[in-house]
Amino acid sequence: MKEQLQKDFKNIIKNLNLSQKDIEIKKFSLDNFIEKGFPNRKEEDWRFSDLNQIIKKNIGELSFYCDYTSTNKVDTSVFVDGLEHNKIVFINGRIEKIDFDYEKKNQIEIIDQSETINRFSNNNSLSDLNNAFTSKCFKILVKKGYQLSKPLIIYHTFNSKIWSKNINLRLDFELNEDSSLRVIDLFNEASEKNFLNIFYNFDLKKNAILKNYKLDKLENKNVKYSFNNIEQDKNSISETFILSSGSNFFKNEINCNLNGKYASAFVNGIFSLNNDKHHEIRTIINHLTENTKSYQLIKSVLEQSSKAVYQGKIFVNPQAQKTDGYQLSKAILLNKESEFNAKPELEIYADDVKCSHGSASGSLNEDSIFYLMSRGLSYQQSRELLINGFLLDVVEKITDSEIKNLVKNMIGIKE
Amino acid sequence: MDNRQKEIDNLKDYKYGFSTDIENIKAPKGLNEEVIKFISKIKKEPEWMLNFRLKAFERFKLLKEPNWQKPKYPKIDYQDLYYYSAPKSMKNKPKSLDELDPKLLETYKKLGIPLQEQARLNGIAVDAVFDSVSVATTFREELTKHGIIFCPISEAIQKHPDLVKKYLGSVIPTTDHFFATLNSAVFTDGSFAYIPEGVRCPMELSTYFRINASNTGQFERTLIIADKGSYVSYLEGCTAPMRDENQLHAANVELIALDDAEIKYSTVQNWYPGDKDGKGGIYNFVTKRGLCKGKNSKISWTQVETGSAITWKYPSCILKGDNSVGEFYSIAITNNFQKADTGTKMIHLGKNTKSKIISKGISAGNSDMTYRGLVDISSKAQNSNNYTQCDSLLMGNKCGAHTVPYIRNKNSESNIAHEATTSKISEEQLHYCQQRGLNPEEAVGLIVNGFCKEVLQQLPMEFAVEAQKLVGISLEGSVG
Repeated sequence: MKEQLQKDFKNIIKNLNLSQKDIEIKKFSLDNFIEKGFPNRKEEDWRFSDLNQIIKKNIGELSFYCDYTSTNKVDTSVFVDGLEHNKIVFINGRIEKIDFDYEKKNQIEIIDQSETINRFSNNNSLSDLNNAFTSKCFKILVKKGYQLSKPLIIYHTFNSKIWSKNINLRLDFELNEDSSLRVIDLFNEASEKNFLNIFYNFDLKKNAILKNYKLDKLENKNVKYSFNNIEQDKNSISETFILSSGSNFFKNEINCNLNGKYASAFVNGIFSLNNDKHHEIRTIINHLTENTKSYQLIKSVLEQSSKAVYQGKIFVNPQAQKTDGYQLSKAILLNKESEFNAKPELEIYADDVKCSHGSASGSLNEDSIFYLMSRGLSYQQSRELLINGFLLDVVEKITDSEIKNLVKNMIGIKE
Repeated sequence: MDNRQKEIDNLKDYKYGFSTDIENIKAPKGLNEEVIKFISKIKKEPEWMLNFRLKAFERFKLLKEPNWQKPKYPKIDYQDLYYYSAPKSMKNKPKSLDELDPKLLETYKKLGIPLQEQARLNGIAVDAVFDSVSVATTFREELTKHGIIFCPISEAIQKHPDLVKKYLGSVIPTTDHFFATLNSAVFTDGSFAYIPEGVRCPMELSTYFRINASNTGQFERTLIIADKGSYVSYLEGCTAPMRDENQLHAANVELIALDDAEIKYSTVQNWYPGDKDGKGGIYNFVTKRGLCKGKNSKISWTQVETGSAITWKYPSCILKGDNSVGEFYSIAITNNFQKADTGTKMIHLGKNTKSKIISKGISAGNSDMTYRGLVDISSKAQNSNNYTQCDSLLMGNKCGAHTVPYIRNKNSESNIAHEATTSKISEEQLHYCQQRGLNPEEAVGLIVNGFCKEVLQQLPMEFAVEAQKLVGISLEGSVG
């Protein structure tokens, strides 16, 4: 792998017009990555999902260079119907289109940060990989007091031209005072066996509101890793919803720093897995000052030999009195082969707090099925009804009604 | 109230902090094959035992000291410890209590365990371990009548080699983790109990551990075997003198329950916790593991952890037999600069196995407490159940309370439920108690005892009283 990395890195440097300083940062990151390699189960954060093995099994040999000099045609058929929205379109990791047609032009700034910003304090080697190989990093800045009228959908599209490639993406968002933004990440892919490595950074100033929906529904054979870093100032709110279903492997990591008083963070997620898919959500909510709040709800439905992992951590530092932290994970295992692993963690250094977590996993309740069947439903119908009801609980947590309906349609929940 | 106050005043300081001036025989300082051979020789051990030790030592040389735990400690120099220390008078073992060194008897009297009186009073059979050797075992005759073997493990190695050979290392193999393997190589003494088929042990068995000599590591090994259909309740108590340096305690405890057998293991751990500034105290790095080998067997751990500078242990159950049950009840209290990283592992292998974990953590002062636990239901453990509840109580804003549960469910027919909360004593509760005439300390004591009640109930009578007092004392000075 080392030779491949070095060869592809040379290509990147050749084709991108980078400053000497940038090249040095990238080189430094590359060396770090070469030394550490992909994360494996010896690292505590990856003990349930050995990425090194997963890449070996699903992809084999990876290559890291993508040709970003030629454009790809944007296929408009993948766009979501019936929901007016702004778009960012990635095709094979290249930004093909940025379109804020519905918004006031002077309220949003798109800054091309060609320099690499080495800001992710994530201690795993994937941030190094991302640093070394990202081509462009855009920063989207929402100005003070502006609330976007339509949601922004980020399309992650892949055509069948690439395989066994590592694609690195990076976006930076800054939401200034009293602004708000809704972001949907939508994954559409016709490709196979690629490893997608995404890093987002969100900076929320006073009273800003961020809603981020990550929807991975379409069946695909790719391996994905996504890391969200969210910094929150006073009174800001972040809401993250994850639908984790389509990919062969997907790990979503949310790191949220509640830096200002009365900031709150919500993380809700659904695992709906079949075959031998393996997905993970890992959250770290850092309560760093007093009167902050966090709420997490994760539900899983696991079929065949699929595997879901939830690692959630609530950290409360000594200054963060009056913290309210809540965490609940529930799983239904439908097959003998399926597996659910959880590590709900509390690390608390302040005494006047209210923190709790709960985790439950088990099979579908036979009594409930019996009840429904005695009222005339078939076994299959009763099962679906129960599962829908179980998942609806999380979908109902979505505060945006348009997007809630989009998600409901996507997973086929009828009311 | 006066009486209670007096009692608390009496107990306020660590009352077991005295040390006994007794002549000791020590092994040469350091850890090497010679020392292991020395220990084995002085214990008059057969060759297979020496081989067991040397095999463990070979393995130990390859192992690295673990470093994943929450409480960090300064590096221990394993070459700077004495691995064997025994009162000189024990060289030729006394045949009865009357021949015991009076100083030893005095020590145990001070500890509240008058060995001679216990021989007369009906109560608990005690095996007392002083530094590296077992000094006395009471109630031998009564137990022998029932066919129960209860003796120091060094004696069992000589008198019951078949049993020891068969079971020693079967739950904690010589290839286990760092401290367990170290123990396998250098363990000095401990208790051995065998309950024959169908016997219900008529009294509580108990071991009392005492570290006296300085610079000594205490490495005992306890092995309890409950044969088919038997029942035994076992108690363990520990104290140590106050010393400025930290002392290491790395024991191994193995429990084996065969078909329909039940073992109840209770610990009141009151090692010297160090002084108010966190100086000195015992490092309690103990490996405790129980194997529910047979069908319908049951192992229950109850622990009250109030002492030690650092407590780092996870009493575990391997539920191998079908329908077997594992239980873990724990109260862990840390004050001043104490640190604890404790919890349990429940490994479900057999069908219809059940486990229950109730853990109560209380941290005060500058202390730090972690519950770390594993519930693992394997794919063959159909229809298994686990219930876990871990609650933490924080007193003051300089302490920490953490919960790190690992939950693995590989079986769709099994259920796991886990709950955890962290909170402080509410003002309303305090107000309510004070309104009814209790002073703040009493009020806190009452509320804390209520918080711990679920676990205290699991302890045998005599222990429950002691534990309840300990809970109160450990939190002295943390209120207000």
